[in-house]
Amino acid sequence: MTHLGFILAAYGATAAVFAALIIWVVRDTREQKRKLKQLEADGAVRRSVQMKR
Amino acid sequence: MPTSKANASTAGEAAARPTIIGQLANPTRFLGLTEALMPWLISLAAACLAAGAYLAFFVAPADYQQGDSVRIMFIHVPAAWLAMFCYSLMAVAALGTLVWRHPLADVAAKAAAPLGAAFTLLALFTGSVWGKPMWGTWWVWDARLTSVLVLFIMYLGLIALWRSFDDPGRAGRVAAILTLVGFINIPIIKFSVDWWNTLHQPASVIRLDGPTIHPTMLWPLLIMAAGFTLAFMALHFGAMRAEIFRRRVRTAQIMIAQQRAPAAAPVAGSAVSRSR
Repeated sequence: MTHLGFILAAYGATAAVFAALIIWVVRDTREQKRKLKQLEADGAVRRSVQMKR
Repeated sequence: MPTSKANASTAGEAAARPTIIGQLANPTRFLGLTEALMPWLISLAAACLAAGAYLAFFVAPADYQQGDSVRIMFIHVPAAWLAMFCYSLMAVAALGTLVWRHPLADVAAKAAAPLGAAFTLLALFTGSVWGKPMWGTWWVWDARLTSVLVLFIMYLGLIALWRSFDDPGRAGRVAAILTLVGFINIPIIKFSVDWWNTLHQPASVIRLDGPTIHPTMLWPLLIMAAGFTLAFMALHFGAMRAEIFRRRVRTAQIMIAQQRAPAAAPVAGSAVSRSR
């Protein structure tokens, strides 16, 4: 295969960017959910939940 | 007139009936819908990317001029398409923020910006890696490359703008105006290869007279593009969900602070009186 180093660099960078984006989204979602759970445990209740009650 | 009354009531009912976009204005409903959609999107994206990679490496032939470096095109072209698609989506979301005041519009735009920046960076990098063996240089300041670099800088500017405001609503409106102003760059990127004499080749897939690529190379490219688009959609929904949770966290923090403020006031007052 010709230009193998260039091809591997391009596909490797693509895989790395996809992996970074997936890790960013998953970690961010988990972090925000954890914070929200903590705040709700501290007594913060959303208006929509209050109205249902 | 019963007929006109019936028509009026039907029109009224139709107006009162929420549209799909209207239904999605409820973040809780959006979270439920995307939670159900995400596994399908992720599975489809993985299947398309795997099939695209197989076709790109084992079915598509080497180009008679470019050799095997043509295989870089199967990721460079979808990344470049998504870089422009993502900005176009942000421009529609900006209209949603400014004109229709859709509650999820600026969530969608904010969540899309880092993804757009990532795909633009990928397009620039893979293009550069292809350019070195084919053009003999990593970079030239031609109209296509320069306008895509400007797009990358605009994404970074918008991300910085969103981060510089505490109030997400205000940040969303300011970013929406800047996004719409910056949209002028999208047709410049698309038509730069026609308007100016560039080293970058003209369009070979999206053309009025049809694609000029042989089907053995076109199909891997289209399947890879479908995989990139599905992956982008899954990532975008994921980033939007994180942003909705972030805004709920902010609201909850404000509520806690407000609940504690009246109780804290006399304490603060007594501290002041003690200090006197």
